[in-house]
Amino acid sequence: MMASRLSMQIYSIFFVLICLLSRSIAKNRNTLMELSFQEYFSILQTGKTFLVYFSQDDIMVFLEELEKAAEPLHNYGISVAKVNCANEEISRYCGKENDLTKAYLFRGNILLREFPMDALFDVNAIIANVLFALLFNEIKYINSLEDFENIENAMKGKTNIVLIYVKAIGTPEHRAVMETVFVYGTAYQFVLTTETALLERIGRVENSDMISGSLFFFHCKLVLDLTQKCQKTLLEQPLTILNIHRFLKLMDAPLLTEITEDPEKVSTIHLQLGLPLIFILSQQTTYEADKKTAETVAWHLLGKAGVTLLLKDSSNLNIPTDTNVIFKRAKEGVPVDFFVLHDIDSIISLVENNTPNQNNEPVKEYEEGEIEALNLDVQDDQVVETVYRDRKRKLPLELIIELTEETFNSTIMSTSRSIVLFYTNWEAVSLAFLQSYVDVAIKLKGTSNMLFARVNCGDWSNVCTKQNIIEYPVVKIYKEGEKPVIYTGMLETEYLLKFIRLNRISCPLKIMTIEEAEEYLNGELYKELTSYSSVSVLGIFSSNMTKEKENFIEAGNRLKGYVITGFYSEEDALILSKKYAVTLPALLLARHKEEKIDSILLSNSDVNDIVQIIKSASLEIFPEITVENLPIYLSLQKPLLILFRDGNLNHKDEKEMLPLVKQKYLETFIPCWLNLETTPVGRGILKAYFKHLPPLPLLVLVDLHSQGQVSAFPLDQTLNEKNILLWLQKLEAGLENHITTLSNEEWKPPLPAYNFLRRMDATNPFKDINGFSTQKMCKNN
Amino acid sequence: MALLKGAPGLLLTLTLHVALSLSPFPNASFFPHWDYCILGAGPSGLQMAYFLGQAGRNYVVFEKAGAPGSFFTRYPRHRKLISINKRYTGKVNSEFNLRHDWNSLLSHDEHLLFRHYSKAYFPHANDMVRYLGDFADRLSLQVRYNTAIVHVTLSKNQHAWNGHFFILTDQKGRSYQCSVLFVATGVSVPNEINFPGSEFVEGYESVSVNPEDFVGQNVLILGRGNSAFETAENILGYTNFIHMLGRSRIRLSWATHYVGDLRAVNNGLLDTYQLKSLDGLLETDLKHLAIVKDSKGRLHITLPVLMDEPIKNVTAEAISLPEDEIDNFAMRVPYDRVIRCLGYKFDFSIFSKALGLAPKKGRKKKYPWIKASYESKATRGLFVLGTASHSVDYRKSAGGFIHGFRYTARAVHRLLEYRHHGIPWPSTVHPITQLTNAIIRRVNEASGLYQMFGVLADVILLKENATGFEYLEEYPIRMLAELETLSGREAQHGLFVVTMEYGKNFSGPDKDVFYYDRAVGEVEDAWQSNFLHPVIYYYQCLPTDMEVMFPTPGWTLPRPVAIHHIVEDFLTEWTAPLSHILPLRRFLENCLYTDLRAFYAESCFLFALTRQKLPPFCQHGYMKMQGLMGNERLRRHGIESGLMEDYTTMDEQPADQKPGVPRIPNHPSQHATSIKEEL
Repeated sequence: MMASRLSMQIYSIFFVLICLLSRSIAKNRNTLMELSFQEYFSILQTGKTFLVYFSQDDIMVFLEELEKAAEPLHNYGISVAKVNCANEEISRYCGKENDLTKAYLFRGNILLREFPMDALFDVNAIIANVLFALLFNEIKYINSLEDFENIENAMKGKTNIVLIYVKAIGTPEHRAVMETVFVYGTAYQFVLTTETALLERIGRVENSDMISGSLFFFHCKLVLDLTQKCQKTLLEQPLTILNIHRFLKLMDAPLLTEITEDPEKVSTIHLQLGLPLIFILSQQTTYEADKKTAETVAWHLLGKAGVTLLLKDSSNLNIPTDTNVIFKRAKEGVPVDFFVLHDIDSIISLVENNTPNQNNEPVKEYEEGEIEALNLDVQDDQVVETVYRDRKRKLPLELIIELTEETFNSTIMSTSRSIVLFYTNWEAVSLAFLQSYVDVAIKLKGTSNMLFARVNCGDWSNVCTKQNIIEYPVVKIYKEGEKPVIYTGMLETEYLLKFIRLNRISCPLKIMTIEEAEEYLNGELYKELTSYSSVSVLGIFSSNMTKEKENFIEAGNRLKGYVITGFYSEEDALILSKKYAVTLPALLLARHKEEKIDSILLSNSDVNDIVQIIKSASLEIFPEITVENLPIYLSLQKPLLILFRDGNLNHKDEKEMLPLVKQKYLETFIPCWLNLETTPVGRGILKAYFKHLPPLPLLVLVDLHSQGQVSAFPLDQTLNEKNILLWLQKLEAGLENHITTLSNEEWKPPLPAYNFLRRMDATNPFKDINGFSTQKMCKNN
Repeated sequence: MALLKGAPGLLLTLTLHVALSLSPFPNASFFPHWDYCILGAGPSGLQMAYFLGQAGRNYVVFEKAGAPGSFFTRYPRHRKLISINKRYTGKVNSEFNLRHDWNSLLSHDEHLLFRHYSKAYFPHANDMVRYLGDFADRLSLQVRYNTAIVHVTLSKNQHAWNGHFFILTDQKGRSYQCSVLFVATGVSVPNEINFPGSEFVEGYESVSVNPEDFVGQNVLILGRGNSAFETAENILGYTNFIHMLGRSRIRLSWATHYVGDLRAVNNGLLDTYQLKSLDGLLETDLKHLAIVKDSKGRLHITLPVLMDEPIKNVTAEAISLPEDEIDNFAMRVPYDRVIRCLGYKFDFSIFSKALGLAPKKGRKKKYPWIKASYESKATRGLFVLGTASHSVDYRKSAGGFIHGFRYTARAVHRLLEYRHHGIPWPSTVHPITQLTNAIIRRVNEASGLYQMFGVLADVILLKENATGFEYLEEYPIRMLAELETLSGREAQHGLFVVTMEYGKNFSGPDKDVFYYDRAVGEVEDAWQSNFLHPVIYYYQCLPTDMEVMFPTPGWTLPRPVAIHHIVEDFLTEWTAPLSHILPLRRFLENCLYTDLRAFYAESCFLFALTRQKLPPFCQHGYMKMQGLMGNERLRRHGIESGLMEDYTTMDEQPADQKPGVPRIPNHPSQHATSIKEEL
C-alpha cells in the first residue's frame, strides 16, 4: 500500500499535503496515541505502518518531539504510538531495565527497523529516519565517488539523478529531502551521501564543512553516449521542501521553448515560480544560430530563469527594432524590458544581477519603527562629533591672517615665505586640523619669518578653485620665486612644525667645500635641524655628471620638508669618494643618532629610484611602531613581527632581538616593537587578538597582506633567539596554530539611509506610464 | 540656390555664391569669416562673447544699434527693472552672492557686478544700458555696431564644421560667413491679436507713459503680465478706473515661483481691485472680443457674434451691444482707452527657410523651437541664446532672464568647446572621501543650480570601484543621456546628479504658499520639503534618451536608483552637521556601499592592525602618511561621546565587546541594508 502510494506521480507536494492534512483532521488521528499492550497487538494485525515507542519511564523531551512528529508522519500514512512498559506486561520490546529504550517501526507485524533513542533527537530526525527506513528503494545511500559513478552510468539515457549531500542523518535538510523523495518516488533516482569528500569531488569545494546540505541534479536522461558525463545543475538555495520542489519542477520544464505571441502575455512555469523569463529574439534567417545561442543561455540559466525563443517575423509585435533580448520579471504588471545585448555573458549577468537575494538572505526591509530604533540621526563619525562638541571654543585665530579674494595674491606675492591652510568652516576634518595649525602658529610665534595664513574656502571659493584645492584641508607653503609646496604629512602639530623648519633651508643644499661637506655629514651644519630629519643625505657627483645631479636635485625637491638633502659636485669630489670608499655618483647617508655614515651607489637611478632609496634608508631595522610611522612599514608589504612592551625596550629584549633582527631569516618580516605606554591603542589591538590583555612582553606575528593571520609566541616559552627562530620555523611549516584571523570584511555603510524613494512611492505610487522600467540595471553594458 | 528665393540682396549673394564655388580653395570665400557669430549685443550676446573671448575663439557680435543693450533704452517703458539688485547678503562668497544678483553678467572682473551700477533694489533701465556698455568695453568684446543683420541663410560646404556656413547679410548688403551662429536677438515683435476694432487699441510699446494723459479716463488693459500691471501701476491714481482683461487667471510669481509671472512689485492693482476701489480684473478669451467706437470716440466692448458681418467703421450706435441682452454685462461702460500689453515674440523674419527655425508649439509659440542644448532642431550649429531661448524652461525656471541665461550661455559654450576644440567639459577630480564635501560646498554656493533649478544640474561621475569621482558643474539636465558624447567625460561607473527643486506640489497659480506648517524641519520628511532645496539622484548608469525626454509627470529626472533630499532650510544654508551633512553621508554610503566616515589616525592604526581592510578615509589619508592626529582636547570629546576609547585606562578584564571591533567602528552589518542590496 505504501509502495503504491509512492509510485504515484504526484507533482504538487502542496496538493498532497493539503489532501493528507484534511483527511487527517477529519479522522483526528494526528496525535500520539497511547496504547495498551492489547491495543498495540490488535493494531499490528491491520497491516498499517506504525512507529511505536516503548517507554520505561517517560523522557519528556523525547515525548514532546515524538508528539510533534506524529502529525507529519500521519500525513504519510504512518501512525505513531507509545506503549507504556511500566503499566503493561512486559513486551520483549520494552527491553530490560536500565537498557536504553528504543522506538520500533512496524509494517503490520513485520518489524522494519529499530531506532536507538539518540538517532531520534528531534522531530526532524524522527521524520527523516522513519521515511529513510521506508524509502530504501527510492533513495540510495552511498559513500564514495565510485558508488556514484556506477549509478550515473546505469542511469544514462534512462533517469535523471538527484544527488543530495547532507551533513548528517536526521538534520532538517535530511528531513526535507526525505519528504521530497516520498512525493517524487521513482520519478528520479535519488542518491544520498554524508561524505564531504564526495561533495568536494563532485564540484562544490569551498568550505565543505560549512555546508549543511547540497543538491545536484544530473541530467542523465539526455545522455546517450556512455562515455559522456551527465550535465549537472546545483540547487543554489538551502535545502527546504519548497526550494527542492521548485527546483525539480524547473529541471523538468523544457530547456527552451519557442513562442510567437506577445511576451507581455506569456506565462510559463518560471514566471509562476517567481523567476524571470528571457526572450531571445530570432527570425527565420538566423533561426538555427539563435536556437544554439538560446540553448547555451538556457543551460547557464537553468534553475534561475526561463529561456524562450521568440520568432519575430511570424508575429507582428511592437518591439523596438534593434532589441534582441526581452526580459520579463515574474512580478505581475511589471512591463518587460528591451535590451540590445552582444554576448551570452551579458544575458546571463542580466539575470544574475536581477535576481534579488542571491544568497537567499532576505533583504531587510525596515519598518518605520525599526528605522527609528537605529538612531540614524545620531552622529557616528568621531571627527565630526568631537569637532561639534568643541564648537564653542574660541581659537586664537588672530595669529593667523585670513586671506580673501582681494588679499590672497598680493599677500603671497609680497611675502618671502608664507604658509596657507585651505579649509572650510563646516568641514570637520578641516576644523580638527585647524586646532593643530593654530598650535603651530603659537609655537612659532615670534621665532619664524613665515607668514601664517588661512583661506576659508566656504567664503573664498574662487581662491580655492584657482589654487586647485580639491579636498579639505590642504596646507601649502609659498616661497618667493618657487612653486608652492603641498604639505603631505600627518595632520598634526609636530609633523607640520618639522616640515616648516626643514623648509627653511633649500633642498637640496649646494655644498661648496670639502670642509662644509664634512660639517654637513657630522651634523654641525644646520645643527638645529638635524633632529627633524632621521638622516642627512649627501649626493656626490663629479662635475661632469649633469644628468645624475639633476635627478638628485629633483628627488631632493620632492623630499623637501621631510629629509635634509645636499649635494657636492666640485672638482675634488673624488676626495669624498675615496674617503667613504664609494664610486661616483653616490649617496652618503649620515645617521646622526647612531653617528654612522652609510654610502650607497647611484648608478642609473632615476628620480623615483632616488626618492625610494632615500626613503628606505630612513627606515630603521628594529623600529618602534607608532601611530605615525606604521603606514611606512606597512607599505613594505611584509608581515609584522611585533614585540609588545609595557614601557621601553630593556637590555634583555635588545640582546635577544637585535642579533636576530640582523639575521637573513627575518628579512621576510618587519621586526619591530610597540610601547603600550606611548602607544596605548596597542592595548586595543591586543584585546582584539586575545580578547583580553595578555602578559607582556609578547611577540606577535601579524600577516596583514596574505591571510590576515595573527600568531603569538607561546607564553610558556622563554623569549630568546633560539626559541623565536624555532617558533617562526614551526609557523612556516604550519605546525603552530594562529590565535586569530583578522576580518576581511568590507567597510559597509554603518547604518542605512532613509529610503525617500519608497516613502515617495507610498504617498504617490510610482506609475511607469511610459513603459520604461525603473532604472535597475545598466543596459548596453 | 532655390533657398535664396525672395531674399533681399539676392543678386549679390547669388554672384558671390557662384564665385565661392569657383574658388580654388575649398574654404575660401569673399566674405569675412568668423568661427562664431552672435546676433545681438544684448545681455546674452555679450555673455557669450565674453566666454568666447576668454577661450581665445574667433568671434564677432553684430549689433544693429550703436551701443549694447538697445532694448533697454526703450523697455521697460516705465524704466523700472523688476530684476533684483541685492547688494548685501551678509556673505562674502561671490558665487553665493550671484544667487541674489539678477542683473550681472558672469565675468572674472569684480567691477562688473551690477551692485556697482545701482543702489536701487529694482534698478533703473538706464543703469542696465550703462552696465552693458561697460561690460563690452572693459572686456574688449568684439562687437560690430550699427550692423543690422537682415538676412541669414546657409551655404553648404563639406569643409565647414557643421557641413554648412551661415551667410549673414546686413542692411547695407554686406555679407559675412560664420561657422556657428548664436541668435541672441531676444523677443522684439509685440504680440498682437486681430479682432474687430483692434485698430482702436494702443500698444504698450507706444502708449504714453505720462500719467497726466490719463486723468479721469476709463482704461481697459488687455493682458495679464508684468507689462500690463506695470502700465496700470503708472496710471492708477489718475484714472477713473482700470479694467484688466486676460484669458487666464492671474499667475502670481510668488505662488508659481516663476519670475516671469506677476511680480509683487507691480501688483498694486490687485490691491485696489480686492479693496473695492473700482479697478478690476476680468477673464475672457481676447479672440472673442470686438471693439466699436461711438460717436463721442468712446470704445464699447462687444462680441464678434453680435456684429452680423464685419463692416468697417460701424459705430456703437449702429449695432447691438452685449448689455442690450444682458443688462449687467461687466464691460458695459465705454472706455476712453484700450491698451494692449500682450508681450513679445521672436522675430523669425530674417531667417531663411533653409534654417528651419520654426516656432515652438502651444503657448511657447513666441519662441523658436530648440533642443535642450539650445541648438536649433533643424540646423546644426545654430544656437539660440538669451530670452529667445526660453522655450526650454518657459514658466519653469529663469532661462528667459539675465540671471538664468548667463548660465545657459556658459553651458552652450562648454558644449561647443568640446564639439569643435576637443576641450572636455571642465571638471575636477577628487578622492571619494571628499564626496560629501563636494556636494555640500556646491549646494551652499552654486548660483547656476539655484537660479536655473530644474534645468542645470551638477553631475558627479564615479570612477571605477568608486575610489574617486569627477565633478561637472551646471550641465543641462535634459541632455543627460548624451553626456558622454557631448561633454567628453566618461560615465561608466555610476553617477550622482545634484539639482535644486521646489516641493512637487508647491508651485502653481492657485497654490497657497503661506499655509501654516509649510516648512519641513524633520530630516526624515526632507522629501516633502517645499522651498527650494537640494536633491541628489543616484544612477548606476546614464539614463537613456527616452527616459530623460519623458520622465514621469512631476519628476525632473528619470526615476533614479535612490534619491536624497536635503531638508529645506530657512537660511538656505545646508551645513548643519546632523540635519544636513549626516543624512547626506548616509545616503552616499548606501549608494556606494561603503563607509565614508572620517577617523582619527589612532583609529586607523587600530584598524590597520586588526582588520584586513580599511575604510576609505584611512586608506586615502592615514595610509599615505596623512593621518589626522587631533589634539588631547578633541580626544577627550571623543571618549566622552563614546565614539573613541580611552586605551590608557583600558583594564585587564576582558571587555564584553567583539574583538577587533571597539566602539568606534560600531559595525552592525546586519543593519547595513544598502540600496544596492535592495536591487
